[in-house]
Amino acid sequence: MDLMTLLQLLDSTVRLATPLLLACIAGLYSERAGIFDIGLEGKMLAAAFLSAAIAYTTGNVWVGLLAGIGASLLLSAIHGVASITFRGNQLISGVAINFLAAGLTVVIAQSWFGQGGRTPQLAGAARFNPITLPFADALRDVPILGPIYYELISGHTALVYIALLIVPVTWWVLYATRFGLRLRAVGENPAAVDTAGVSVVGLRFAAVAICGVLCGLAGAYLATALQAGFTKDMSAGRGYIALAALIFAKWKPWPALGATMLFGFLQALALRPDLIQRTLGFSVQTQLLDALPYILTVVILAGFVGKAIPPKAGGEPYVKER
Amino acid sequence: MTAPAIELKGISKAFGPVQANKDISIRVMPGTIHGIIGENGAGKSTLMSILYGFYKADAGEIFISGKKVEIRDSQAAIAAGIGMVFQHFKLVETFTVLENIVLGAEDSGLLRPSLARARRELKALADEYELNVEPDALVQDIGVGMQQRVEILKALYRKADILILDEPTGVLTPAEADHLFRILENLRREGKTIILITHKLREIMETTDTVSVMRRGQMTATVKTSETSPQELAELMVGRKVLLQVDKTPSVPGAVILDVQNLNVTDDKGVHRLKGINLQVRAGEILGIAGVAGNGQSELLEVLGGYEKGTGTILMNGTPIDLTGTKSDGQSRRARGIAHVPEDRQREGLIMDYAAWENIAFGYHLDDKFRTGPFMNHAAMLQDTEEKMARFDVRPPDPKLAAKNFSGGNQQKIVLAREIERNPDLLLIGQPTRGVDIGAIEFIHQQIVALRDQGKAILLVSVELEEILALSDRIAVMFDGHIMGERDPAKTDEKELGMLMAGMTGDPADVTVAQIEERLAYAGTGEKV
Repeated sequence: MDLMTLLQLLDSTVRLATPLLLACIAGLYSERAGIFDIGLEGKMLAAAFLSAAIAYTTGNVWVGLLAGIGASLLLSAIHGVASITFRGNQLISGVAINFLAAGLTVVIAQSWFGQGGRTPQLAGAARFNPITLPFADALRDVPILGPIYYELISGHTALVYIALLIVPVTWWVLYATRFGLRLRAVGENPAAVDTAGVSVVGLRFAAVAICGVLCGLAGAYLATALQAGFTKDMSAGRGYIALAALIFAKWKPWPALGATMLFGFLQALALRPDLIQRTLGFSVQTQLLDALPYILTVVILAGFVGKAIPPKAGGEPYVKER
Repeated sequence: MTAPAIELKGISKAFGPVQANKDISIRVMPGTIHGIIGENGAGKSTLMSILYGFYKADAGEIFISGKKVEIRDSQAAIAAGIGMVFQHFKLVETFTVLENIVLGAEDSGLLRPSLARARRELKALADEYELNVEPDALVQDIGVGMQQRVEILKALYRKADILILDEPTGVLTPAEADHLFRILENLRREGKTIILITHKLREIMETTDTVSVMRRGQMTATVKTSETSPQELAELMVGRKVLLQVDKTPSVPGAVILDVQNLNVTDDKGVHRLKGINLQVRAGEILGIAGVAGNGQSELLEVLGGYEKGTGTILMNGTPIDLTGTKSDGQSRRARGIAHVPEDRQREGLIMDYAAWENIAFGYHLDDKFRTGPFMNHAAMLQDTEEKMARFDVRPPDPKLAAKNFSGGNQQKIVLAREIERNPDLLLIGQPTRGVDIGAIEFIHQQIVALRDQGKAILLVSVELEEILALSDRIAVMFDGHIMGERDPAKTDEKELGMLMAGMTGDPADVTVAQIEERLAYAGTGEKV
């Protein structure tokens, strides 16, 4: 495999890992606060649909992005009210959100655009376009570093850079700020937070809202950056893979980057069966490669990769008692 | 005249039909330790929850230093200068001590300055009050004694002037409890006001200045501690005369029922827990096993009860019992006439979500009288439970109530009823009165003695030395998996037993109580002195 092919593969990895990373960090905020969120998938899907629909209608991708975030936030609010205010079962609420999103997006898309549950193709300013970083063209011919800069680092859409930026920001928020300390505490022992005079409900809603915003970014990225429009079920299980990546990363931001990059790499590999043929000398069925992230997910969930200890109060509604 | 640090006037609180607090009034002067004593369910904790803003009182007023305050939530309680140390600590186990102290009382949005200030203050507080903790240790890695000090520090860091402690010694070893009371004494000397909630008479008598007694939601009396006696307090608590001493005749030992020879146990982690135990229990006697928790008593009960493997020989009525094979389970042990009231009744003795009748039948559900062919005979089980509940005075006498909804004492009575009523040859009983009210303690002790008087053999394990001394006909002391020695309760005292519990040999006259206490603090922790 030459450098160029490798760079293309890694470039593709970054693009495919971005929605996983955003969703994974979204889940991290929610679960660190003690709210399990199986509804990442549904929120991404809703955001993908609404962002594409509004971007198409207005011709402005940023307006579309806001709309996508809005859709995701709305579902987050439902999850929050169900699991925080009414202390419902978080898994059931999450599953319900996934069903709701899967059905509603197609129905509304059909009703608005009449294209079989899709939005029309997005073009121009209705899409996130690649950004060429400064000097990328000029440095292109510098041996090794040039292509790395041009192919791999430059030329992504704004959301990719935002996603990558969110990792250090999340790390800083969690471990260096008051909000982060309280957020982590409320996922471990909400009673400690409550008796310290801090609102458990407020913190958890804040976490769920952040989760909604990030899922909105992830969904909008799918429909307006990775693809050019919304198609039925386009999240394709990414929400679940993001959850698996979250477990793999033991609910920590930097490992979340690593985990999602790994899964992104597997997805990128699945798109290039010819590479494997050339490198390994035999062909691997595409279906198997497609399945690889899921297989790895199962392996991780089965507990073969170290021990992942979830936030202790995760999934448990907080009931005030002595 | 100075205003009381805290004054409650006419506090009432009802949960549905249950009047948890009824017209409670109380005045606590600054710089004093005030005890609140009462049985489980007397309403002590409800009252404290009202003070800490967890519940809102239906009626009544709260005054802090003469000023009327409204306590709507914990935030308001903290602002009013009230700090609370809960029975079950409210700590984040994966956080460091320092992070736990800062949580909710941070100075600014960024953590670093808050943590630095907390570190400085912690040092000052540690020097002033003997409140030493390791600021950077994770809470999950420190012992309960230190965890409790973290809770106290949390309150002091929030500038609490009034410190409320709810059953603070329930989880502490005696040495840790002594340390706690020294801290409280220091705090009082600095002018802090302390409210100590407990059901242990001894703690009230030793530490408080004044004491209020609660019974069934009402404050029945408030007295100066120096002007009362344990007997009087017990009667005020229970509402009738209570025997604080166990009333029993000398034992008449019969044949050897249980004969343990060279018993060894190594646990899952490879730790050698029992190191060649030899002991005998005869019919009609109570053998008490004293020792600091964690010195092998639990493993001894577990092997005998059939849920831990061991090597060596155990003879029951002269015939060996299976220690490793297919007959080394609870079922087989019961068949051999061994009944077991485990140390941790909520984890080992009961299924907390099951109803009382299910718990009473459990383990004996295959008995002919409890089944019709392959089916359980619910009617028979229910009737049996009703009878047992009546005989053991379980309250409320509702067979269908889940085990978790009974108080500690009544839970213990349910376990006891199930085990004793089988008419076993040998009763294993661990921590019979842990977390149990005075009234129930009296009843449980009477039942144990009555069983002995019927000629049964009883192996009693307790970390309460008083209980061991009161009940046992012979006392064996365990330390580090060994039996340090056996003593006659009439011819020994707490000091000698304490020495053995600390693993010390020699003449009690040669050592001081302080030396024993120092060693005791390490017994059972696996640490070396």
